[in-house]
Amino acid sequence: MRMDFDKLKKRNSFELQNLKAEGKPIVGTFCTYSPKELIYAVGGVAVSLCANDESSINIAHKELPRNLCPLIKASYGYAVSKKCPYMNASDIIVGETTCDGKKKMYELLANHKPVYVLELPNMTNKRSLALWKDELISFKEFLQEKFKAKITQENLLEAVKIHNEERELMCELMELNKAIPSPIKGSELHEILFASEFIYDKKEKIKTLKAFIEATKQNLEAKISDKKRIIITGCPSGGVYEKIIKQIENLGADVVAFENCVGTKNYRNLVEEEGNLIENIAKRYLEIPCSVMYKNDKRAQIIKEFIKEYSADGVIDIVLSGCHTYAIETNKIREASKEAGANYMSLETDYSRQDSGQIRTRLEAFIELL
Amino acid sequence: MYLIGIDIGSTSTKVAVFNKNDQKFTELFLRPTGFSGVKIADEIYEILKEKNYFPSFITATGYGRVSVKYANFTTTEILCHALGANFLFPKDCTVIDVGGQDTKAIKIVANRPEDFIMNDKCSAGTGKFIEVMANRLGIDINELYTTAKKNLNIKLSSTCTVFAESEIISLMANGVDKTQIAYGIIDSSAQKVASLTKRLENEIYFLSGGLSRVSLFKNLLANHLQREVFTDENAIFCGAMGASLIGLKKEKS
Repeated sequence: MRMDFDKLKKRNSFELQNLKAEGKPIVGTFCTYSPKELIYAVGGVAVSLCANDESSINIAHKELPRNLCPLIKASYGYAVSKKCPYMNASDIIVGETTCDGKKKMYELLANHKPVYVLELPNMTNKRSLALWKDELISFKEFLQEKFKAKITQENLLEAVKIHNEERELMCELMELNKAIPSPIKGSELHEILFASEFIYDKKEKIKTLKAFIEATKQNLEAKISDKKRIIITGCPSGGVYEKIIKQIENLGADVVAFENCVGTKNYRNLVEEEGNLIENIAKRYLEIPCSVMYKNDKRAQIIKEFIKEYSADGVIDIVLSGCHTYAIETNKIREASKEAGANYMSLETDYSRQDSGQIRTRLEAFIELL
Repeated sequence: MYLIGIDIGSTSTKVAVFNKNDQKFTELFLRPTGFSGVKIADEIYEILKEKNYFPSFITATGYGRVSVKYANFTTTEILCHALGANFLFPKDCTVIDVGGQDTKAIKIVANRPEDFIMNDKCSAGTGKFIEVMANRLGIDINELYTTAKKNLNIKLSSTCTVFAESEIISLMANGVDKTQIAYGIIDSSAQKVASLTKRLENEIYFLSGGLSRVSLFKNLLANHLQREVFTDENAIFCGAMGASLIGLKKEKS
């Protein structure tokens, strides 16, 4: 089954060209906060543009400071050098006012691509919700105008439903790993989560997911496993996959869950299907427990729940260098982990390979102490 | 039967030999690592053979642990330092080890390592910092420790090895005495180590590793931490001793 995802990943960049030729709007996104239902409802395809390797970082250094987050620099480098097919194919790029680094990067990106930035509030109270809802309405109008298509109640409801179904399946898939031993290796789950972002046909994606879940359930074995179980949290893990996720497995432990944008942040919580859809969409996205939010207490709560539900022994908090909000939250997550009975370690790193040895020693020591 | 711990650090290689029969360390010895981990590992093997320490269970640790092909088990220096320190100083504390290329702190609660931190990709606050500075002064590292003379007006960067080096160049150009610069170097390291280990703050500390023999460093570290820092004459062997003790458990399984 895993092969299916691999094939899809290879196929998708051609697929994107076909979609473009068909005249489908291609909308580049950088964040789990991008309202994908609206893009779908206007007949568009949302593609993720977050870069995961260091090759383009140096290009970005012309304009961006060296001590900025590697994800932002790498993504910007790809945009400027026109080396990323997804970026090249995008008709517009949608951004949100999340962290300071991204916010300012969008300003520069606008010199190369049409960029639309939504004002994401940094709090989650009533007034924030009203502002965010307003932003979504403006974005809807912008999309209709830009792509000369109508977003109706019907096609928006269809978009909500299909995204809800996708989220439910993704959560079901990830939650299979609550079993002991976890049936899907962390590295494999990471690949699936990552590759599935590039399946543009939602119906096809849902079909593939269902088949994968069924096959995995068939093969659930009740074995005794003394492997230590680890939850990954913090910054996006795509760019440090080899250095951290793979390495944990090489050292004999299992990664059982991803509490980050690659994993649960992107898929937990559904959009209410009754009532004012735009407001429901606004509410769902404001539930995302991202560190950019003021008083982001939900994340610590989720970590505590996950430690119990996934029978986790340890939590590894990935902090990409220059990410202040996640770096500051490390203390809170450390306390939450200890409270729930798991060991905790934060790892500050970037996309380069120079600290691989040191990271390995830290991971090794962390696993030894579990 | 002997349990042997070999700790290959970037500067020196430490060996601890534990006699299982009388449950005591029979020998602790040290050799400079040199440029090759493999070569020193072979040398140690010959020494152990000469001294008749076989049959034995050998545990290797330190950054050169992979070079010890004849080891029965390998493990990280973090766990070893914790166990070795706890053997010499059986109290709840934070163990600080300033190594040749990493500095680490390990918090010990109820005789078990509970948490640890290491320096990031930066050499300030490690043995390397002091080594580079001694080279710049043109003196031997031991001379730097023994001749250091207090002058609180001489302050050096505690966050960057490269900047500290250029600061030294200008201090020397201004005719400041080497001994006073030496004091500034040790103080700057102690300050950096204290700030690195801040997250594992504790009531008392135990200093292991090579710098445990430098009383000026220990005292300055205590000043910056504002806490009492303990050590032991054999604290330099903590990693190797811890490795031997791990063998005690591993050898059975």
